[in-house]
Amino acid sequence: MPTAKEKEVKNGVNVEALLGAREALEKAPQAAKFTWRATNKWVNGTHSQTAVKEFFGLGEGQSHRQEFTFEADHPEIFASEDHGATPVELVLAGLASCLTAGVAAVAQMRKIQLRSVSATLEGGMDIQGILGMDEDVRNGFDGIKVSYKIDADATKDEIEALVAQSQKRSAVFDIVTNPTNVTVEVNK
Amino acid sequence: MRTTAVIIGAGHAGLAMSRCLTERSIDHVVLERGEVANSWKTERWDSLRLLTPNWQSRLPGYGYEGDDPDGYRTMPETIAFIERYADVISAPIRKHTAVTSVSRTEKGYAVVTDQGTWQSRAVVLATGACNIPVVPDLGETLPAAIATLTTPQYRNPDQLESGGVLVVGASATGVQIADEIQRSGRPVTLAVGEHIRMPRVYRGRDIEWWMDAAGVLDQRYDEVEDLRRARAVPSLQLAGHPDRRTLDLNSLTELGVKLVGRLAGVRDGKALFSGSLKNKVALSDLKMIRLLNALDEWATDAGLDGELAPPHRLEPTRIDESPPLGMDLVGSGIRTVIWATGFVPDFSWLSVPVLDRKGRVRHDGGITDSPGLYLMGMQFLRRRKSALIDGAGDDARDLSAHLASYLHGKEDVARRAEPAPMRAALRQAIANT
Ligand SMILES: Cc1cc2nc3c(=O)[nH]c(=O)nc-3n(C[C@H](O)[C@H](O)[C@H](O)COP(=O)(O)OP(=O)(O)OC[C@H]3O[C@@H](n4cnc5c(N)ncnc54)[C@H](O)[C@@H]3O)c2cc1C
Repeated sequence: MPTAKEKEVKNGVNVEALLGAREALEKAPQAAKFTWRATNKWVNGTHSQTAVKEFFGLGEGQSHRQEFTFEADHPEIFASEDHGATPVELVLAGLASCLTAGVAAVAQMRKIQLRSVSATLEGGMDIQGILGMDEDVRNGFDGIKVSYKIDADATKDEIEALVAQSQKRSAVFDIVTNPTNVTVEVNK
Repeated sequence: MRTTAVIIGAGHAGLAMSRCLTERSIDHVVLERGEVANSWKTERWDSLRLLTPNWQSRLPGYGYEGDDPDGYRTMPETIAFIERYADVISAPIRKHTAVTSVSRTEKGYAVVTDQGTWQSRAVVLATGACNIPVVPDLGETLPAAIATLTTPQYRNPDQLESGGVLVVGASATGVQIADEIQRSGRPVTLAVGEHIRMPRVYRGRDIEWWMDAAGVLDQRYDEVEDLRRARAVPSLQLAGHPDRRTLDLNSLTELGVKLVGRLAGVRDGKALFSGSLKNKVALSDLKMIRLLNALDEWATDAGLDGELAPPHRLEPTRIDESPPLGMDLVGSGIRTVIWATGFVPDFSWLSVPVLDRKGRVRHDGGITDSPGLYLMGMQFLRRRKSALIDGAGDDARDLSAHLASYLHGKEDVARRAEPAPMRAALRQAIANT
């Protein structure tokens, strides 16, 4: 039987590059400072469009291969036209994508071959908060549930550890579980 | 004043090095700002007992001689143990001598103290890993009505006002203090970040016996996959209670301690806790299971199953379905906040350019790139056990050998010794933290 070390695992994650980056950044920690950017434009009603393309990192301006756009709106039961996901669903999308990317990366590091990974997310919300009906109800989620289905060459405990480690290293998990200072200003 | 080597710090680490230098007839002094075992005399709480059993304090030329090898030393016993070591090895200690700077000279080092300056060819930094308590930056100060305390300032519950206490940090120190304060009748809220759960006794043996016997504690720094991570892992949730009970989040919950997530900030007098508690607990439970599985495998391979109790697992850690994310500190009766959030060493007085951007000494297993300058007592310096009393001996032997060959102008010999044998499964279990 091949040992864990020799087994070839292909999850499409370039671990060597990631480890190399960590080494390089240790010598030049300034380069680790990234700024992520998005621009948003109101379209009509509750419909708006967000675009991402440029960001900053490794000491200079960077760019995605192309601009990506995201439509956001609200469903018809909110008297909206439903041109896209609700903003809170986009948050779920962000959390899911971040955790799943993490699962793949950690699996690669731990030499675990993944066959399939899928997740279902639920964010509970009492809309009395956003409607301003009850001061005691918060606007945001009262909790988020993520459930993963993972088929991989690993034991149940190893798979649980993958998911746990992915949360530990996830940017979006940190953003939703910890407070962040948000400054919103208005320019003419 | 002139000597060949200056050891700074008369804790067990500096003393172990002193003994090794004496054996090699290397002329040296041990400079100590206070007294022998100063950290144990001045920076520990009253009820503290070592979490390592009595047998696990083997130092060069010294060790436990009593009839309770599995017991855990009280503070007076720990102090007496280290003081006696200093006597037994006749360490050349200069007490009440605080080092205020160390810098390079043409022939070695100038060690400036409040009692004059020493010139030496070599210097060993054994000033301890736990000099400055870390207090997290929360963006806002706590309400003035609340007293704050770091753990080196904490002595016993009577020192605290009656009323609620928020203990921040759930590693060995945090859980022990939370346990004692809750029992004193002050309701404790414990903010839980990363932590490592461990049974005190597993299959009839102390967990430290397992880690020692299986070679986990001997694992070398040049054997681990992620050394940076290994050097930063928190202390195990263990306590040296005479009844050998396991101290974990479940036992604290049973006492009535309220568990919340990592303290993430303070806003308008309100403490904000991270929503990551479930994951922190899951990570810790999984890590414990991995380690116990690997230890079981090791025991089977070593043919020990016959003499050990059968394997068992602790109940999963219980936490509330929705732990609170915020707490109005004053409003909910919190009178004291205790920071059990770890320590960093203090090298602010070190003027040799070996510090990294975070003020830590750069070193390769205790050998700095300034010839003749050595470091001891840091977590995973050369081995997993390096920061423990039991770990100083092997490190002092290696580093004193290196120091001697440096004095004789020889090539380094100690840097790479044979790695300790440890099963791949064990290594993997420990690596995936
Ligand atoms: C709460 C707590 C519990 C622990 N429990 C255990 C345990 O159960 N088992 C175990 O094996 N380990 C334990 N440890 C870890 C470790 O053994 C201790 O931290 C131990 O004190 C470290 O020994 P040391 O010799 O490296 O440093 P220290 O004991 O801290 O000794 C350093 C000495 O250097 C002196 N010094 C510092 N700066 C200067 C200066 N500028 N000039 C002159 N002198 C200076 C200090 O006064 C001190 O005496 C514990 C640590 C803590 C904090």
